Amino acid sequence: MKHSFYLADEQATTELAAKLAALCSTATVIYLEGDLGAGKTSFCRGFIHGLGYVGRVKSPTYTLVEPYEIKNWRIFHFDLYRLSDPEELEFIGIRDYFEDDCICLIEWPDKGHGLLAAADLHISIEFIDHSRSLTVQANNEYGQQLLSDLAQK
Amino acid sequence: MRPNLTRNTTSTMRVIGIETSCDETGIAVYDEQQGLLSHQLYSQVKLHADYGGVVPELASRDHVRKIVPLIKQALVDANCTQSDIDGIAFTKGPGLVGALLVGSSVARSLAFAWGVPAVGVHHMEGHLLAPVLDEPAPEFPFVALLVSGGHSMMVRVDGIGQYEILGESVDDAAGEAFDKTAKLLGLDYPGGPLLAKMAEKGEAGHYKFPRPMTDRPGLDFSFSGLKTFAANTIRGSDQSEQSKANIAYAFQEAVIDTLAIKCKRALKQTGLKRLVIAGGVSANKQLRVEFALMMKKLQGTVFYPRLEFCTDNGAMIAYAGLQRLKAGESEGLSTKAQPRWSLDELPAI
Repeated sequence: MKHSFYLADEQATTELAAKLAALCSTATVIYLEGDLGAGKTSFCRGFIHGLGYVGRVKSPTYTLVEPYEIKNWRIFHFDLYRLSDPEELEFIGIRDYFEDDCICLIEWPDKGHGLLAAADLHISIEFIDHSRSLTVQANNEYGQQLLSDLAQK
Repeated sequence: MRPNLTRNTTSTMRVIGIETSCDETGIAVYDEQQGLLSHQLYSQVKLHADYGGVVPELASRDHVRKIVPLIKQALVDANCTQSDIDGIAFTKGPGLVGALLVGSSVARSLAFAWGVPAVGVHHMEGHLLAPVLDEPAPEFPFVALLVSGGHSMMVRVDGIGQYEILGESVDDAAGEAFDKTAKLLGLDYPGGPLLAKMAEKGEAGHYKFPRPMTDRPGLDFSFSGLKTFAANTIRGSDQSEQSKANIAYAFQEAVIDTLAIKCKRALKQTGLKRLVIAGGVSANKQLRVEFALMMKKLQGTVFYPRLEFCTDNGAMIAYAGLQRLKAGESEGLSTKAQPRWSLDELPAI
């Protein structure tokens, strides 16, 4: 199941992300793909703020992962751009991040191929001049439920 | 300064510093009276044959395999042994939890085995105090701008542990914007320094980048928009080498200008005349030219740590740790890493 959304500007990106965040009801893994500057981190910022976090959502490019605790959730915002080998994930204890109370937002998931939990939703963002096209692929039943609810809203 | 081989007396303190907060494994030995005795970064070091002959290329953040040989080598280079060490300082946070835990476990265990205290150091405190490792050292108070691949932060420093965060990046760090824009221009990642080189061939006046968050009060930064602006500008250009150089020029000009506007504002707001700039971005030549001019106009002084201590290193951790050990601080056996830790939570000493 696949659905595309037209996003006129950054605000549209963060609003869609916040809607998706509100729909998550269990442990969730979301992959995000798109070129530099496409808006992956903006999407994650909208998602994390949408769950009620009020502080800064900084880029995790340098640290690889930024943790957040919101209500009963632990949110992990990954950016695997700087990985040169998926094996490096073992050195940061990647296996401990995919627990029942965790939502994992993972930018550049192909850099961690083989060591990441499977995605419920796979998002790709493309440039259309100054706006964006965001496509969501649902990979399982839970993902399909999320996507159909998101598309209806 | 060459270290001597005499046993330390209790009046002078000698400390090992261990930095493992992210990518680099950095180890240093610092002596209260003699200063820095040795420092090692895994990426630079040629480990001696005693520690395994040819050293294979180890993955980034594989601190476990790098840390012990580096500690041994740092002791050898400092002409001392474990019995000369009076304390161990390690980066407790902020950073990557898996990476921090390696440093804190090794540091705390070694300290236990050697019967000396261990102390946890805030990574950013290390960076703030790095210029004090060299002469002329800035006197307190000063304003510090930390700009690297991972951080963009303006801090008022009144003394050790007396920090007031004046502003920080709400999204990307300045160095990250350099590295990502470099990638968009077709350079290798991380290509900040290559972008600066490309900008030397660029001409002024062809492109105008925004100066994010300078049109409103406050000292926070935002660099994510510049990267997106660069992506759009590159796609809209003819992508010739000259156009790319012109874009690199305009991008660099915008970052430096933004940092300068904020620093000027911070100096005015605090009434201070001393400015410290640390972090990898402070190595940018054009930035140093612009800041020299600005500080001359403001009749102030700008300080930079030596280049190798602008990026992550063990020396700054050893120095900061020594100050805190002398003030009587130490960590219990149950010490943990602290991946999220704000600079303004630190106690003054």
